[in-house]
Amino acid sequence: MTIHHRESFLEGLADQLGRPRKTTVEPPAYSVKPQERVLAGASPDELVDVLEKQCEFIHTSFEKATVETLPQTIRAILNGNDVTRVVAAGGPRNQVSGMDQFYDQLRTEGLEVLVWDEQQGREQVTFAEKAGAGIVFSDLTLAESGTVTLFNDRYNGRSISLLPETFIAIIPKSTLVPRMTQAARLIHSQEAKGNPVSSCVSFVTGPSNSADIEMNLIVGVHGPVKAAYIVVGDL
Amino acid sequence: MSIKIGTKTYADRIQDGIDNTFMRQAVSSAQGRFRTGRLSAAEELGDWEEWRTLGSEIRQHTMENLDYYLHQLSEQVEKRGGTVFFAKTAEEANEYVQKIAREKEAKKIVKSKSMVTEEIGLNEALQESGCEVVESDLGEWILQLDEDPPSHIVTPALHKNREQIRKTFVEKKGYTGSDQPEELAAFAREQLRKDFLSADIGVTGCNFAVAESGAVTLVTNEGNARMVTALPDTQISVMGMERIVPTWQDLEVVVSLLTRAAVGQKLTSYITALTGTKLEGEVDGPEDFHLVVVDNGRSKILGTEFQSALHCIRCAACINVCPVYRHVGGHSYGSIYPGPIGAVLTPLLDGYEDHKDLPYASTLCGACTEACPVKIPLHEQLIRHREIIIEREHMGSKAEAVMMKGYAKWASHSAAYKLSTKMAHTALSPWTTDDYIEKGPGPLKGWTDSRDFPAPAKQSFRSWYKQREKRRSNE
Repeated sequence: MTIHHRESFLEGLADQLGRPRKTTVEPPAYSVKPQERVLAGASPDELVDVLEKQCEFIHTSFEKATVETLPQTIRAILNGNDVTRVVAAGGPRNQVSGMDQFYDQLRTEGLEVLVWDEQQGREQVTFAEKAGAGIVFSDLTLAESGTVTLFNDRYNGRSISLLPETFIAIIPKSTLVPRMTQAARLIHSQEAKGNPVSSCVSFVTGPSNSADIEMNLIVGVHGPVKAAYIVVGDL
Repeated sequence: MSIKIGTKTYADRIQDGIDNTFMRQAVSSAQGRFRTGRLSAAEELGDWEEWRTLGSEIRQHTMENLDYYLHQLSEQVEKRGGTVFFAKTAEEANEYVQKIAREKEAKKIVKSKSMVTEEIGLNEALQESGCEVVESDLGEWILQLDEDPPSHIVTPALHKNREQIRKTFVEKKGYTGSDQPEELAAFAREQLRKDFLSADIGVTGCNFAVAESGAVTLVTNEGNARMVTALPDTQISVMGMERIVPTWQDLEVVVSLLTRAAVGQKLTSYITALTGTKLEGEVDGPEDFHLVVVDNGRSKILGTEFQSALHCIRCAACINVCPVYRHVGGHSYGSIYPGPIGAVLTPLLDGYEDHKDLPYASTLCGACTEACPVKIPLHEQLIRHREIIIEREHMGSKAEAVMMKGYAKWASHSAAYKLSTKMAHTALSPWTTDDYIEKGPGPLKGWTDSRDFPAPAKQSFRSWYKQREKRRSNE
């Protein structure tokens, strides 16, 4: 049995509410929808500008690149942080973006690069823990808050964006949307179509931080200490 | 721990708070920063009142149909390979989690921040079963090492200064560094990394469950909740039964309200929505997932005039504007839920007996109600609590009853009233200096202990008015 004590529990709630159990509920019509006006009608370029501005507030470096210049942009970030071990998300986007060749190139230069592969199992977590940088593709990018949405899956392990000290997000310009409203709408419509949501949806906004000691902002607590976003114009 | 913390009386707890200069200064500066953060985030977003209305409507709709949405949630979690346990009481919830820990032969359990697990005393229960429990939120870890309860629901160690924290780290963990916050945090990172990697079970709370898909959403900044749910093989999430929204679109709205109202952020560093067990081909994430839905007194609030207290999204905005909290701090409330929402919720969840003083820990200024992102009428509920305490529970103090009786008698006789207003100035003159009373007698003492009281005027307003009218008619 995988659901315990449900019926008596829910009967009790219905009793408290003074009515029989509900088996259907009409979706409510709320009186206002302020979320739909935020950045409504903004062009892709305007969304990039909003994202760039927001990066200043979330302690995240911001770069623009093309598929052609992406490798050198990432290389500069790796060099700047003395990274010698890299863990990266796998999947078809590495071919489209030319990242596969770039990772091969890094290997010939002596860096250790692990491209996430479901066949390889848990050792990858151990590798990620020792890696200096984790590289992922943003699935949806929320301009307003500067948030990279990751639908973690077999290609994009949860550890890649979590364990290494530096978090690098490749942001295809085509993934930019105004805010979380659009991400929620997409997930909701996919659910309704019977396409279940990823086991872990991570909305990541910059590096980890805490204000638990005398309200001082400390950037870099349990998760990454540094974050870099690269918007790729032609992806 | 349970909802109630400590055994001291209300008066003693307040005195401790007032005497703690560091804490009071820290609280007052934190309140200022939280408040500014919230107001500027709200202004930047625009239409804040509309957002509040929407938040309030979502919460109201959810509570009115709570049985339906909890049913839907449990169906979805089951579909995604998880197990759901509905617990009427704290004991049932703890026993279930203990049972899972036994089955897994768990030695180490790592936790992310959760108020409901504090409320039900889960840590103590697991420790009794021989498990090592490690809190991984920086503030909670500090408190756990120091065996101290939280004093704020968002920044639980607000009452501690860096030197105290350094000392705790030195004594409990052999720390040798300075009291610089960055260095202290780096030490916590290094220590807790080992725990994340070696834990058998990860325990989380739940900011919002999403009924339509079975997701449990965690709103955090440090990244510890992601660690707790990515690395151990078993994940147990514990949620208060009201912490649920119908759809992802509702989730997005309440999260937007929560992060702004709590810390003035557009979104926190991590909003993580976890659904069931890891899917085939996934390397990290839990193989086994359990969701524990906790009532523990909440259902008694449903269908009553206090139902909207269940709308709370735990942002602490009310705490951050409360003038009483500012002066007495979180521990004075004697509850893990402090501030205005704590004063409303605690007596509802844990009864009036131990918490009858809390509804009086308010000036009724209404700042809490104005700050609440989901429009809970907090100060009105506090007044209602007071009425119930006096009229239904008969728990008002004896002195108050005698005084009110006396007042009624006195004020209903105009001669007595007139005489005393006339006499007041003379009667209090021994305690008066420069028109102010600094150390008043009897009932005035409570006031004048911390501030001066203006001496009664020599002449009452009525007699002054009478004289003036007389003068005017003579002119």
